[in-house]
Amino acid sequence: MANVLRRYHLGPLIGFLLLFIILSIVSPQFLTFGNLRNVALQMSVNTLLAVGMTFVILTSGIDLSVGSTLALSSAIAAGLMVGHTPIWLAVVIALVVGLLAGLLNGIFIAYARLAPFIVTLGTMTLFRGMTEIYTQGTPIFNIPTGFSWLGTAQLAGIPVPVILTVLILVAAWIILHRSIPGRRIYAVGGNEQVAYLAGVRVKKYLLLVYMVSGVLAAVAGLVLTSRLGSAEPTAGTGYELDAITAVVLGGTSLFGGEGTLVGTLIGAAILGVIDNGLNILNVNSFWQDAVRGAIILLAILLDRKKVTR
Amino acid sequence: MTDVQVPEDQPVTAGDGTAPLLSVRAIRKRFGAVQALQGVSLDVHPGEVVALVGDNGAGKSTTIKMISGVETPDDGEIFFEGQPVHLTSPAVAERLGIQTVYQDLALCDNLDIVSNLFLGRELHRTLIPGLPKLMRKSEMEKRAIPVLKELGINLPPLSTLVASLSGGQRQTVAVARAVLWGSKLVMLDEPTAALGVTQTKAVLELIERLAGNGVAVLMISHNMTDVFQVADRIVVLRLGRTVANFVKCETSLDQVVAAITGSAEEVAIQE
Repeated sequence: MANVLRRYHLGPLIGFLLLFIILSIVSPQFLTFGNLRNVALQMSVNTLLAVGMTFVILTSGIDLSVGSTLALSSAIAAGLMVGHTPIWLAVVIALVVGLLAGLLNGIFIAYARLAPFIVTLGTMTLFRGMTEIYTQGTPIFNIPTGFSWLGTAQLAGIPVPVILTVLILVAAWIILHRSIPGRRIYAVGGNEQVAYLAGVRVKKYLLLVYMVSGVLAAVAGLVLTSRLGSAEPTAGTGYELDAITAVVLGGTSLFGGEGTLVGTLIGAAILGVIDNGLNILNVNSFWQDAVRGAIILLAILLDRKKVTR
Repeated sequence: MTDVQVPEDQPVTAGDGTAPLLSVRAIRKRFGAVQALQGVSLDVHPGEVVALVGDNGAGKSTTIKMISGVETPDDGEIFFEGQPVHLTSPAVAERLGIQTVYQDLALCDNLDIVSNLFLGRELHRTLIPGLPKLMRKSEMEKRAIPVLKELGINLPPLSTLVASLSGGQRQTVAVARAVLWGSKLVMLDEPTAALGVTQTKAVLELIERLAGNGVAVLMISHNMTDVFQVADRIVVLRLGRTVANFVKCETSLDQVVAAITGSAEEVAIQE
């Protein structure tokens, strides 16, 4: 029974469906194509971060720096574009910035053997500081209109960020659940020493997960900047916590080795539906955070075996 | 105090004339202030089961770690198939055909049986060069089943999570993992320590079948009944040193125990 629950993500899925049904009943606006499309669009940035976070948490790590990495890479991309760098080149450079941010985390964690929480707490502040230095504390406007396609265009009625997120989810799913690196990430998270003794190059995979997280933070940053038409030095503040929440809501164990991307998607969807529902129900914004927090606690309580083990 | 002398630079052979697969010569290892090994020498031949015995702290586990590449000796040499080898990591040892089954660190609980069997050497196909290689799970199961059958291993479906297996089944999976790789040398650290009577019997039978297939087996055990049941030779370590090397059929439990505790020397002195 417990296995069936886990295998088919029944816990998180039931929670999601419950919220979905309740909102459909109490608000006629909720269950419309336009609104659901809006939910999917608003979910996309957090989902991208949560996908990277899933890789990291599966190794029993944590990446608190994703919000700052998002801000740094998008500020650099925006700055370059305003300075007449071709859009494609600015995008590539932003992705490289994300990759290097992840690499830095990975080196400290895999090779210097420092605790992921402390390392990424440090780089969270470091990258935020670098963003503030680069932007001089002011938002970057006047980004070329060509760049707005990524965040605002639609293909066949579906927003481009949603399509991009789905493509990345599929690619990440194949890597995590069907490829050799994915299997070894689970092994490292399950028991690092056993994996090492079996000949798995543990450090390589630890490095890899933080690089995946960094690159996906950069992708999320590009999507956000394109949608807003500006790069804010404070962009992404607190986003790391939303990403972690989505991963944990999806049933992934913070102790590593257990969890799935489908779970993470459901977790991100739960958050997306909560936020959307509270908005369309016109819940007082002071109450929104409290309600959100209460729902998260409830959801984790329903799935508590995962967290405490 | 005199020790039973074992020549440190000459091969300690089983006497049947075959070349040893593994020769350990006078290895030493110091951990900080502790001299863990101060001259361990032993040989293991293909198809032979050698039991490594000794009291707690005699250096059995450290010796295994030297051969499995987890630690490197400060001094002394290790020969594998006649060649001097530098076992700098478990991956290096595994590539040579040395597999180790650790007491508590053999399996990943969160993975299923087949993933554990192939961990570190998953069968794969490359769909697009440069992208991550995809696993061939059904192929891995297909490859594993005849090997398990040949060894008389009965396990639940290979997609079962290891966490849900019994102690004996886990030990069997760990040994099967070593066998699957056509390993030449399999080392087992206390293979029956946590097992019940029936499970112990099954694991010992598995060890015998391994040796019957020409695999060299080096096993650590505290259980003299197990040792006398499956070992061809018994190497005794005491205080980080090889102190005796018995052929099982030419020795007795008393002799081995005397070598382990060091009372053999006192007897020798009195005589």
